[in-house]
Amino acid sequence: MATRKISYREAINEALVQEMERDSNVILIGTDIAGGAGGEGKDDAWGGVLGVTKGLYGKFPGRVLDTPISETGYMGAAVGAATRGLRPVAELMFIDFAGVCLDSMVNQAAKFRYMFGGTAVTPLTVRAMYGAGLRAGAQHSQALYPMFTHFPGLKVVVPSSPYEAKGLLAQSIRDDDPVIFFEHKLMYEVTGEVPEESYTIPFGKAHVVRDGGDVTIVAIGRMVSLAELAATELQASGISVEIIDPRTLSPLDLDTILGSVHKTGRLVVVDEASPRCNLATDISAQVVSEAFGDLLAPVKMVSPPHVPVPFAASLEDLYMPSTQDIVNAVKTVTEWSK
Amino acid sequence: MTQTLSTLATLGLDAPDPSALSSVQLLDVYRTMRTIRAFEDRLHREFATGDIPGFVHLYAGEEASATGVCAHLESGLDTIASNHRGHGHMIAHGVDVKAMMAEIYGKSTGLCHGKGGSMHIADLSKGFLGANGIVGGGPPLVCGTALAHKIKGDGGVGVAFFGDGASNEGAVMESLNLASVWNLPAVFVVENNGYAEATAANWSVSADNVSDRAAGFGMPGVIVDGTDFFAVYEAAGEAIRRAREGGGPTLLEVKLTRFYGHFEGDQQTYRTRDELKNAKANMDCLKHFRRRVTESGLVTEAQLAEVDNQTAQLIEEAVTEAKAAPVPEPEELLTDVYVTY
Repeated sequence: MATRKISYREAINEALVQEMERDSNVILIGTDIAGGAGGEGKDDAWGGVLGVTKGLYGKFPGRVLDTPISETGYMGAAVGAATRGLRPVAELMFIDFAGVCLDSMVNQAAKFRYMFGGTAVTPLTVRAMYGAGLRAGAQHSQALYPMFTHFPGLKVVVPSSPYEAKGLLAQSIRDDDPVIFFEHKLMYEVTGEVPEESYTIPFGKAHVVRDGGDVTIVAIGRMVSLAELAATELQASGISVEIIDPRTLSPLDLDTILGSVHKTGRLVVVDEASPRCNLATDISAQVVSEAFGDLLAPVKMVSPPHVPVPFAASLEDLYMPSTQDIVNAVKTVTEWSK
Repeated sequence: MTQTLSTLATLGLDAPDPSALSSVQLLDVYRTMRTIRAFEDRLHREFATGDIPGFVHLYAGEEASATGVCAHLESGLDTIASNHRGHGHMIAHGVDVKAMMAEIYGKSTGLCHGKGGSMHIADLSKGFLGANGIVGGGPPLVCGTALAHKIKGDGGVGVAFFGDGASNEGAVMESLNLASVWNLPAVFVVENNGYAEATAANWSVSADNVSDRAAGFGMPGVIVDGTDFFAVYEAAGEAIRRAREGGGPTLLEVKLTRFYGHFEGDQQTYRTRDELKNAKANMDCLKHFRRRVTESGLVTEAQLAEVDNQTAQLIEEAVTEAKAAPVPEPEELLTDVYVTY
């Protein structure tokens, strides 16, 4: 496949375009995803608050639907439309806004198939920005994927690069189950090699980003790039790190993680989500439960402190897990002894 | 103060003419209403024996609403999102009565293989998106089914049934606004039975009528006497026709009463004994219907009695079969969560 370097934003846009061209049942719903409804200026002035859906309104007439700022209403509408043969991609803008529309996602979409005895198919994709670092404050910066991972019936996807973003989004849209797709707002400008043609990345298959023998790092979303910086630094100290990107948190490819821990005997999990009941605690618990005998040292978790995301740059920088935090955690487990 | 017959009488609506429907249609309508009543009366008795698990909310007293609305809908095309008090909507939309009964008993022969129960019965093949355990859960879904009807151009209409309690949910108000903004083929049917659980609508609904709120959402608001099938039939017909023709949504408030409590086991001490007695004596939509159609000479008492007998037989069979049906196998615990995982 011919590749070229494009941004995370462009990769997501391209996946949407290709899926909408492929399947006329794919529609987009969200606030200001065209951005300009009802005004005297352009109908598609914005193309999403950060321009991710730019150009789609003109390309797909009648299939890119702006909404009032009514997350409860339009998320429910997306779920309802998904039950009737459409494949809606609902943009929630910031995942923090799930606070006003959680019911449709977790009580309706997630449970239809089970409650209705296997008769329901609800191919909904919810796209939402997550993550700290944009000085957006406590209500626009959370990493809420652990919350959604908790719900049986939902799938949870957190792409770590432009390549992952395009292939995982295509898979999300084609998938017959409801998917919550997390885009890190700091990554839209990140570039990487991405095939021009359409492709999918299967769910539940972790990506071994880097091979190594001393320590396994499981990192999620943007944390993968920090883990790579840490691994390079640790390599200089003679520590060989294996990095695993789960890509999807539900389903979770625990087998790949266990296989790696079997080889290295040490585990560090890096998760940008708040530290209680996040993926770091979940993966750590599962590894300890399944592979206690493989471990040469306690599992370490790198997560933010248990506080809301602060606004001031000085505090937010302290809040976010850093490359140094990862280096320190790896050194702790490699130097650990009874 | 609670909603009584006298407040319904002051609505000032002219009673529509029963002869708008043929004798065959009238008997069909009666069969639907009688089936709902017999289904609910029987559940009331069976629940008291302890055989039925979980929460059950009965629709008895409200039959004219579901029947009058669904008489204009095509099962398999038009879509319905219902609420916790959904048995009547299902039966009126053609959902299989025996499979419903088995589901309420938690049996593997139920519509949802025993995984849904009374509050989650769905039949997607008929366009019935399910009863719903979340108050106000249905109207947002109907915005989506109506959007699908509109985009696909299939001529279908989405109908949300909800109560006076749900009318105070933000989700419902957002749905009304969104349906208007998108000009959706949707009808919002608020069945105002006077009580949200134990709280009177006269207290919890800040407006005089729920339908008064329609103006704020740019759609017609219509009040109809829910004890009169013909009134519901006419008003719903107008709203559904308008939706189908691209004229946008309607908020239809059906004023009615429920004969049983919020859920089975509710002693209803928030109502007076006289109020309930009056409701059953004077606000019974089935009695009302019988009187209208026999007085008009369109249907005979004997024909209605035959339907009564057939309906009683159907419910008897439904209960017998449901009781005898197997419970779900243990392996069912882990199936039907995802399409693929």
